[in-house]
Amino acid sequence: MASIDIQDIRKSFGTFSVLHGVDLTIRDGEFIVLVGPSGCGKSTLLRMIAGLEDVTSGDIRIDGRRVNDLAPKDRDIAMVFQSYALYPHMSVADNMSYSLKLRRTAKEKIASAVGGAAAKLGLDPLLERRPRALSGGQRQRVAMGRAIVRQPKAFLFDEPLSNLDARLREQMRAEIKKLHGDLHATSIYVTHDQIEAMTLADRIVAMHAGVVQQVGTPLDLYDRPANLFVAGFIGSPGMNFFEGCYLVSGDQAELRLANGVTLPVPQRAGIEPGATATLGIRPEHVVLDAHGALEAKVDLIEPTGFGIIMHVSIHDVPMKIFTLDRAMLDPGPAVRVDLPQERLHLFGTQGQRVE
Amino acid sequence: MRSKPFLTVAHRLAILAYIVVALFPLFWLLKVSVTPNDLLYSEGVRMWPSRATFEHYTFVIAHSAFPTFFKNSLIVAGSTAVAVTILASLAGYALSRFRFRAKYWIVALMLVTQMFPLVMLVAPIFKMLSPLGLTNSLTGLVIVYTAFNVPFATFLMQSFFDGIPRDLEEAAMIDGATQFVAFRQIILPLTLPGIAATLGFVFTAAWSELLFALMLISGNDAATFPVGLLTFVSKFSVDFGQMMAAGILALIPACLFFLLIQRYLVQGLTAGAVKG
Amino acid sequence: MTLAAHPHAVRPLRKRIADASEPYLYSAPALILIIAVMLVPLVLGISYAFRDIQLLNPFSGGFIGLDHFRALGEDQAFFRALRNTLWWTGASVFLQFIFGLILALLLDKPFAGRGLAQALVFLPWAVPSFLAGLNWAWLFNPVIGPLPHWMHALGILDAPNNILSDPQLAMWGPIAANVWWGIPFFAITLLAALQAIPRDLYEAASIDGAGPVQRFLSITLPFLAPTIAITILLRTVWISNFADLIVVMTNGGPADRTQIVASYIFTQAFKRLDFGYASAIALVLLVLLLAYSMLIVLLRQTLLNKG
Ligand SMILES: Nc1ncnc2c1ncn2[C@@H]1O[C@H](COP(=O)(O)OP(=O)(O)OP(=O)(O)O)[C@@H](O)[C@H]1O
Ligand SMILES: [Mg+2]
Repeated sequence: MASIDIQDIRKSFGTFSVLHGVDLTIRDGEFIVLVGPSGCGKSTLLRMIAGLEDVTSGDIRIDGRRVNDLAPKDRDIAMVFQSYALYPHMSVADNMSYSLKLRRTAKEKIASAVGGAAAKLGLDPLLERRPRALSGGQRQRVAMGRAIVRQPKAFLFDEPLSNLDARLREQMRAEIKKLHGDLHATSIYVTHDQIEAMTLADRIVAMHAGVVQQVGTPLDLYDRPANLFVAGFIGSPGMNFFEGCYLVSGDQAELRLANGVTLPVPQRAGIEPGATATLGIRPEHVVLDAHGALEAKVDLIEPTGFGIIMHVSIHDVPMKIFTLDRAMLDPGPAVRVDLPQERLHLFGTQGQRVE
Repeated sequence: MRSKPFLTVAHRLAILAYIVVALFPLFWLLKVSVTPNDLLYSEGVRMWPSRATFEHYTFVIAHSAFPTFFKNSLIVAGSTAVAVTILASLAGYALSRFRFRAKYWIVALMLVTQMFPLVMLVAPIFKMLSPLGLTNSLTGLVIVYTAFNVPFATFLMQSFFDGIPRDLEEAAMIDGATQFVAFRQIILPLTLPGIAATLGFVFTAAWSELLFALMLISGNDAATFPVGLLTFVSKFSVDFGQMMAAGILALIPACLFFLLIQRYLVQGLTAGAVKG
Repeated sequence: MTLAAHPHAVRPLRKRIADASEPYLYSAPALILIIAVMLVPLVLGISYAFRDIQLLNPFSGGFIGLDHFRALGEDQAFFRALRNTLWWTGASVFLQFIFGLILALLLDKPFAGRGLAQALVFLPWAVPSFLAGLNWAWLFNPVIGPLPHWMHALGILDAPNNILSDPQLAMWGPIAANVWWGIPFFAITLLAALQAIPRDLYEAASIDGAGPVQRFLSITLPFLAPTIAITILLRTVWISNFADLIVVMTNGGPADRTQIVASYIFTQAFKRLDFGYASAIALVLLVLLLAYSMLIVLLRQTLLNKG
């Protein structure tokens, strides 16, 4: 197991710049999840750590050793691909033992390593099959097995579960978590799935357009998003935003929206009175209260089974509310709501969080 | 959608027509080869001679240099096919997997080699090979044929490689392989259909080549069968029966090879590059 | 400290060289062979075009500048061969393409016995070209071949004669052989392209109410267009250079009616043994074909850019 240290990594393809200076320190045994919209450079970063892409500038260190110029085979890391990339002409057992054979490991050692991994992943009955004869979930397991047999310094996962159906994904997610609990292997995991990110990560790295936006524990990112991007990206349904003018009168602060509506907000030192600011509140934090301060027109009701997503508008400004209250399946034309002060997030002109 | 019986019948008839047109000339070859000499003209246009014979075949096999020609052709076509497939796999892999500065020049060079009549090269190649002692030798022929066939075979192999996901060799490289080991152990085994197609294609081409075989080889010892067949024309002037018997015998290996590989050819071209 | 500002420079030279040279290592063997056995002789051959090279004349070999090209400008036989080449190439490519396309469409859908049918109809490709030529020459010979009699019976010919010796018709002989021999090439390439068309497109189109003709025009043809373009381009070039059938079947006769540029080069080189003149003609042909290819590629680019 190992630590990974990334310093000011940049990457361009020709003149097209993809990563603009990424810094990241991953501790030994840590599980890091990379999230961000499509095309923001997650796979590129992962592939640079693996050695599959050249580093344009900056340093990558594994266990303190600079690996920029090492071939993938000399970095001792394992990677699980979204496509699984199983070797179609080899049996499951051969797929899993290929890396050990390349390292000229003794036969008995290979057998026991493959046996151990197969037992962990429930692959025993499939060892002689070809990948073609496996289901999607089984292929995924083989890909995992191939990664764990040789106990590498680190695991890289590039959207490993995105080709599976929802139920299988849930099951594999739990297995990966269990596996990490057993092995304590340094892992970097790319995903689009919020729940995977929240449940698996020791720390989440949120990226946007080739720049790291925030690094922190899942709850950090949920409770104290560093900027508008992270606030909108983490959480589902996404955070509600209201943009307006931040005004202070006495010890009261408020946000005046473009349509004249004012919302009371907590007073913050990090923002000039009169500046443009954005208020954010998560749908699950909006309180439905018959005596609430604001009236909201109900536009649409989306029951999810577990709860209800209500699409409402306050003076034509749309907002989403998440509630567990079944009565809200039929709320009538309008409801009254409160935006509790302690749940509000305030973002400055540049989109940065202000405290 | 249910297909209408009328369309099905028309479809089968059309296929049948194609098969008949494709095979009829070959059937005629066979027919003449089993027609005894005395019936050749009197029954020249009959569909099958009233008396069939294998005498032409026994003569060709027992009393002519044909077995030597056959052996030479087998050696030349076989070696060429193997050599071309190795070179074209390597070059096709480079074109498929790497981005490098000279790539477009290499492609352009290979295209240009397809654009001029090879007749133009006969004299220069003869001049270059003869001081090396490579005229009148099977090795010389193999070298020349290999060069001629590498460009097309490279494009063919490239299209097969393009059909194999890059993830696979990346996975292998992470597993601990160098790019070359990944190429040999992972990619090549997956390209077996492409290799078969290339082998068959080149074998057939080398088996049939006449011009350079004629120009570079003068003795009977190193003559390939197309040259040998031409010597039939001069030696026995119009002994059609023997020529056609020799022709049929010569067709057998090429056709066998082709029958084995033709479906891989379709598969390989489906994979990629030709669609460019 | 300047080094730290330019992290590229820190990268070991050895690794950079190794990385950059890898593709060249893979392609080097093929390249070296092509250069040695095709490019160098090609350059030599081009130089012959400016020299007086006659095999039987021991005093030949000197540089004569553009003399060959001047002679070529006045060589009526060459211009006739050029016209014949257009005719030969155009008719062969057109017929091969049409019949190849029909065959590919026939073979596209699975049916019982498709594998066998496919193997059989593709078989002519495996026949050595000169053997195909001999074979068709015999088929056209009224003494040992049935074709003249059939054509007579069908009223195509007035009498069962050999069309290869009829100046008006002779070119059709090699063209027929060439079409027979070349259909499989088109069929194989087009079939491959057909099978690469996603099936659900057809299903979507028929759900949208498109009939078979509309499906062919709106899905099949557009998808095949790039393959068709490149195959026709390659094939045109190849067939213009392809003299085997003509040399074997008619040797350019009767009265030069079937002489194409490629067979004319062959005649100059091996009948007259005038390699200098033959090279000059070949060079002109090469330039014409290159110009033609460039034109097609440019045309395609502009069409693509418009679309
Ligand atoms: N080989 C390449 N050449 C040029 N551009 C590339 C190359 N590989 C990736 N890119 C570009 O780099 C950017 C980042 O790609 P990357 O694959 O890292 O995104 P990603 O965050 O993994 O997206 P996704 O979530 O969709 O997988 C994209 O704009 C992509 O188009
Ligand atoms: Mg990605």
